[in-house]
Amino acid sequence: MTERVYMKGNEALAYGALKAKLNAYFAYPITPSTEIPETLAKEFGSQEYPDFKVFLQAASELEAMSMVMGAAAGGVRAMTATSSPGFSLKQEALSYAAGMELPFLVVNINRGGPGLGNIAPEQGDYFQMTKGGGHGSYRLIVLAPNSVQEMASFPKIAFDLAFKYRNPVCIAGDAFTGQLKEDIMFPYIEPTAYDVSSWAVTGAKGREPHIINSMNLDPEAHTKHATRLDQKYGIVQRSEIRYESYLTGDAEIVVAAFGITSRICKSTVNRLRREGSRIGLFRPITLWPFPYDEVRKLAEHANRFLVVELNTGQMVEDVRLGVEGKARVEFFGKVGGILPREREIEERLHSFAEEAVIA
Amino acid sequence: MERYRKKLGKLEALTEKPTHYCQGCEHGELTRLIANAIENLGIRERTVMIDSVGCSVLAFEYFNIDHIQSPHGRAPAIATGLKRVRPELVVYTVQGDGDALAIGLLELMYAAIRGQAITVFLVNNAIYGMTGGQMAPTTLEGQITTTTPYGRDVGFTGAPIDASRLISTIDGSAYVKRVSLAISELETARGKAYSIKNILEAKQAIENAFKVQMMGGFSFVECLSSCWVNWKLPIMEAKRFVNERLVKQYPLGTYKDNFGIEKK
Repeated sequence: MTERVYMKGNEALAYGALKAKLNAYFAYPITPSTEIPETLAKEFGSQEYPDFKVFLQAASELEAMSMVMGAAAGGVRAMTATSSPGFSLKQEALSYAAGMELPFLVVNINRGGPGLGNIAPEQGDYFQMTKGGGHGSYRLIVLAPNSVQEMASFPKIAFDLAFKYRNPVCIAGDAFTGQLKEDIMFPYIEPTAYDVSSWAVTGAKGREPHIINSMNLDPEAHTKHATRLDQKYGIVQRSEIRYESYLTGDAEIVVAAFGITSRICKSTVNRLRREGSRIGLFRPITLWPFPYDEVRKLAEHANRFLVVELNTGQMVEDVRLGVEGKARVEFFGKVGGILPREREIEERLHSFAEEAVIA
Repeated sequence: MERYRKKLGKLEALTEKPTHYCQGCEHGELTRLIANAIENLGIRERTVMIDSVGCSVLAFEYFNIDHIQSPHGRAPAIATGLKRVRPELVVYTVQGDGDALAIGLLELMYAAIRGQAITVFLVNNAIYGMTGGQMAPTTLEGQITTTTPYGRDVGFTGAPIDASRLISTIDGSAYVKRVSLAISELETARGKAYSIKNILEAKQAIENAFKVQMMGGFSFVECLSSCWVNWKLPIMEAKRFVNERLVKQYPLGTYKDNFGIEKK
């Protein structure tokens, strides 16, 4: 059963999580993600969501994230949301949780940085989300929605991935996808049942104790643990790649972008196609695992890539890795909350500038 | 060791593994006392320990119950997350003075502020033990540590924290008790003897703390302990230091008992 609604991305994400049977939310307010806890606080106790049993506002981002760890260790669907400066504070727990193999959802509504930056949309946390961010060798699974529709449908995908691989999953929104209000058909979401009986902390009744731990003092034991994690990340890389490839079949030029930027780029691609250009759009949906293979295949016929991001050049490095030197890779970035205009992207495509341009 | 274990009797709440704690360290006593309380109350199958960072970090090898490891200082937050989603569990942390009172003071205080029904056992030995003897929030004025090699100058570092007094001022805390885990020496007509009065008091306090949690309150037991290795004192002198010097700065007793558990 779907329903037509007009709502903000952040609200859609909150309802998407509720419909995926969210059990526990731990909050700390930060602009521009605050509508997520506000929406959930409003729905807390509602008969429509009987599984939503815990809503608690923490005293810090660190505390909220640690509470999520405790709840996730209990085997329930737990989540929190934050925005860039808050996401930096989450890194401690994310490293631990990856090591402890805890499944939960963390949402990062990316805003301007570094530092306090501003509260406008940016995509400058790409490195932090996809390359680690916390200490040690680990990965988050990172999903990047580009619409209110996807903000609604991704929480369920995120929980499925989190419980399938026992790994934290991050939804990478930005101040645009979070604040944007769109008229959407709210998707029907069928919650999945997860079997947590082999590891969840529920009291050692009639079984051996469950120990959720990221520490191995013995080098051999630690190597074994790290290797197993790495093998798991390998399986994720082989099995969970998601992307949108638009008019790229015969493309000589590929514009690559994720999140909100991809929608602007799509308009540019449509316009240039009408003028006869063989141009397409490549949009990674999983930022990690990154679709390197698909980029490599595109580079077999495309000789030019333009990567458009709301930062000073981050995903462009992954596109370069995927292209393997077989095509020219250029960059066009905007920061501070200013979005690239369709015409600017077009001009950038006409300019053939070798150097990265941050307009 | 085997003989000692046999004499004490096996506890289901403990594994067979010998602990890594230094000889003479009161962590051993605390481990045994907590396990005793868990058995006496018959709650082993629904009790979960949150293992903090510090000397208690390996406790998951000793307690035969479910465990969650915590980042440094965050154990009360992890405990809160778990307890909120599984209120039927009994959840406790064992934290050192650095873990609970420096890096994790916010998490400790907020668990108390919310009146979260968990139990925090604080081991106060006035020093960072695991990292090798640095100044802790509870290090005494003038005390020599590796980061206060000329003695703690409270003019620079601030004064030691009285955790029990602090937590008892928070409306949400229900039971706050300070005990000593160090045995004391007695001179008797037949020569030297050792009193375990402190241990018996601690035993009762630990049981009370669990009971208060099960009644829905936040309970906190501060356990004064020695760290002879980092204090650089012989074992018995270190224990004497606890019972003569530490207790002056940190007086023993019941700081709060909202449910009147000690009268029951």
